[in-house]
Amino acid sequence: MRLFGEDILPLAAEHVVLAVVPVLIGLVISLVLGWWAWRVPAVRRVLVPLTGVLYTIPSLALFVVMPLILGTRILDPLNVAAALVLYAVALLVRTVVDGLDEVPDDVMTAAVAMGYRPGGLLVGVQLPLAVPVLIGGLRVATVSSFSLVAVGAIIGQGALGALFTQGFERFYTAQIVFGLVSIVVLALIFDALWVLVGRLLAPWTRAARGPGRSAAEDDATVGARV
Amino acid sequence: MLTRIVAWFAAPAQWSSSTGIPARLAEHLGYTALAVLVAAVIAVPIGAWIGHTGRGRLVVVGIANGLRSLPELGVLVLFVLLIGLGLLPVVLALMLLAIPPLLAGTYSGVAGVDPAAVDAARGMGMTERQILLEVELPNALPLIVAGLRTATLQVVATATIAAYVSLGGLGRYIVDGQAQRDFAQMAGGAILVAVLAIVLELALQALGRAVAPGRPGDRAARRVAAFLAARGSDRSSDPDRSSGPDPSSGPDVVPVPAPSGRTAP
Repeated sequence: MRLFGEDILPLAAEHVVLAVVPVLIGLVISLVLGWWAWRVPAVRRVLVPLTGVLYTIPSLALFVVMPLILGTRILDPLNVAAALVLYAVALLVRTVVDGLDEVPDDVMTAAVAMGYRPGGLLVGVQLPLAVPVLIGGLRVATVSSFSLVAVGAIIGQGALGALFTQGFERFYTAQIVFGLVSIVVLALIFDALWVLVGRLLAPWTRAARGPGRSAAEDDATVGARV
Repeated sequence: MLTRIVAWFAAPAQWSSSTGIPARLAEHLGYTALAVLVAAVIAVPIGAWIGHTGRGRLVVVGIANGLRSLPELGVLVLFVLLIGLGLLPVVLALMLLAIPPLLAGTYSGVAGVDPAAVDAARGMGMTERQILLEVELPNALPLIVAGLRTATLQVVATATIAAYVSLGGLGRYIVDGQAQRDFAQMAGGAILVAVLAIVLELALQALGRAVAPGRPGDRAARRVAAFLAARGSDRSSDPDRSSGPDPSSGPDVVPVPAPSGRTAP
């Protein structure tokens, strides 16, 4: 499908991959780091504020600095992807810690009494109960990832963001509006997918949302990142 | 590479000329301050009114969530194409991005004030205006500052992109360096932007702690607390009760008390 002189579908596919894969990689890293921070208070005191500061670094600056850290070339698509992994980690480490905190002590005690070992406790009890909070964080990370990818267009790596730079150079408003709408729609589709995953993994949240949990989930859902 | 970046920073012209670092920094801070100020003038009164009356709550949540998914680069170039090059479209775009966190922060701060404290204030004969200005807003301050922090960081980041649409600011170095294939300039600009964002984040975190519970002042809030204590109520007007996590830490998450059943932004 050609629109505005661009093959739109490959661009859209590239945008989705560039936005979503880093969030998934970031999730895996954050589960490890977050669990570590949750276990060891000293690690938590360092890691949580550190990720908060990392999250404040503007995206364009991080894209540009990545080659210095990774040794990649300036126009390597890896720079944008790696920066997005960092943002996902910055957001999700705190989410994982908050999610594990949400698991009530009596549930943990009961699980230990039933014979759960630490590994089984994490996979079988803690993570499932943390799902609503994790989904909240993943939704924020994914939605902002879609708009961050577009910023990469300034350094020639923006997938659908190219619609903005080209539209700007050609003074073509329709192209920019099309870019805005398509990126927002893609972001909302993946946002809805996370909600669906959350309902499948934590069906009880649908039946009865406890006030504490729903508040924590929604706290994580409202946030922004450039 | 590193030596070239150091050399870029060390060049004397970098610190004196009208395109030098102090001048670019001043431009960047100027755009940011202007946009955040205008956004605050719009968003704080509206957020406070909605938080106080409870009317239009869903609108706030909808705006806060909906605008979040807008790609800032697209918003910026669209405004420039619609209005023309210059400061106005950029400040308008930055303002648009700063409004949601300020609105959400003010709204959730005011709405999260302990209803017992508000009832007590009403019982003591305060007018609605007094309740809002002397009880609710002081108690909402930590969350308003958290919203201010998110808004400021968002605007600082987007102001960097503004160089792409021919404005000044620190982003100039990144965009010009890109055009001139001068990576030392790009990296130098990126480092400056990152340092500026981190410094502002830490400063606004400190401001958040300064307005956090336990500060002196707020006579009205203390009077209400004393009144509640005298009545033997088990609830206090401790601003800590306002919902949400510690607003003085963590990334740009502005808590909004949950209207349950809210789904996708």
